[in-house]
Amino acid sequence: MIVRISGEGQFTLPDDDASRLNELDNEAVAAVEGGDEAKFAELWAQMLALVEKDGTELGADELEESDVILPPRDVTFAEAAGEFTGEGLIPD
Amino acid sequence: MAGMGGRMSTVIKAKISKLLDRAEDPSETLDYGYQKQVELLQNVKKGIADVVTSKKRLQMQSQKLEQQVVKLDTQARQAVSQGREDLARAALERKTVAQTELQSLDTQVKELETQQEQLTENEKKLKAKIEAFRTKKEVIKAQYSAAEAQVKISEAANGVGEEMADLGLAIQRAEDKTEQMRARGQAVEELEAAGTFDDLTQIGGGQDDIDKELAQIGAGAQVDDELSKMKAELGSGGGEKPALEEGESK
Repeated sequence: MIVRISGEGQFTLPDDDASRLNELDNEAVAAVEGGDEAKFAELWAQMLALVEKDGTELGADELEESDVILPPRDVTFAEAAGEFTGEGLIPD
Repeated sequence: MAGMGGRMSTVIKAKISKLLDRAEDPSETLDYGYQKQVELLQNVKKGIADVVTSKKRLQMQSQKLEQQVVKLDTQARQAVSQGREDLARAALERKTVAQTELQSLDTQVKELETQQEQLTENEKKLKAKIEAFRTKKEVIKAQYSAAEAQVKISEAANGVGEEMADLGLAIQRAEDKTEQMRARGQAVEELEAAGTFDDLTQIGGGQDDIDKELAQIGAGAQVDDELSKMKAELGSGGGEKPALEEGESK
């Protein structure tokens, strides 16, 4: 599968990573909803680490749509709270 | 693999798709819209230029504050040597405020620097993808039937489109951030205008008594120094401390 880190680039990852990434993502949103900034930071770091460990960056001549698009690397807790929870689930 | 992704990635993907939808059909844009591509790349350049402008502004503010920190430190030392702990304390308090501001400015400058590098990098990537698309399109046309080629070209175009939309999002975000920093910069300017970081020896309106006293101590010390030097040159008075009045307002 192809994962994009927004503002950064695309990576090819084994399809097996999809469920793990998905899980971490949902846990991260749950952490935001619970107001747990430290937990969110930790889960987000784990997601990035997974992409970095298993992913290979797509070449400049590879023109593919991403299966998963992650937020920018420096996404803040406040941004996550504003965008990924509750009302934020409906994109503007 | 539709529907893949957790809640965060789904929202981000929806945002990108929305930006894509708002744009014209990417394959058309890429095929005929050279003008559109030029426009897009100019947008990127403008976004980067905005970041650079904000960065320079913050750097200038930071330099000014650095100078104030040095001045306030010197003044605190002068006050201590004159036995005026109260004045030294006032100067050091201002120095602390200035230092805190300075640290936050430096962090922001670094943030903007990273952002600038990232946008520049992404601009290069997008250019490369657009070029790759031009080449790939011809290869596809040569290799496949017209119907198949159309599907493949449109897939490739969506890939480039996503890159464009993502860069658009990155620029939006950079602009929001520099906007926030501008507001923050204005707040610092207001503090400056209120005299929070003022050089305490500056003469002019709005000086409080502490400012004046510190100014006098500074001036007094300088006068003492010069007088000692003169006395030494003229060979009179030896190393005695000159008995000079501190000033009329004391």
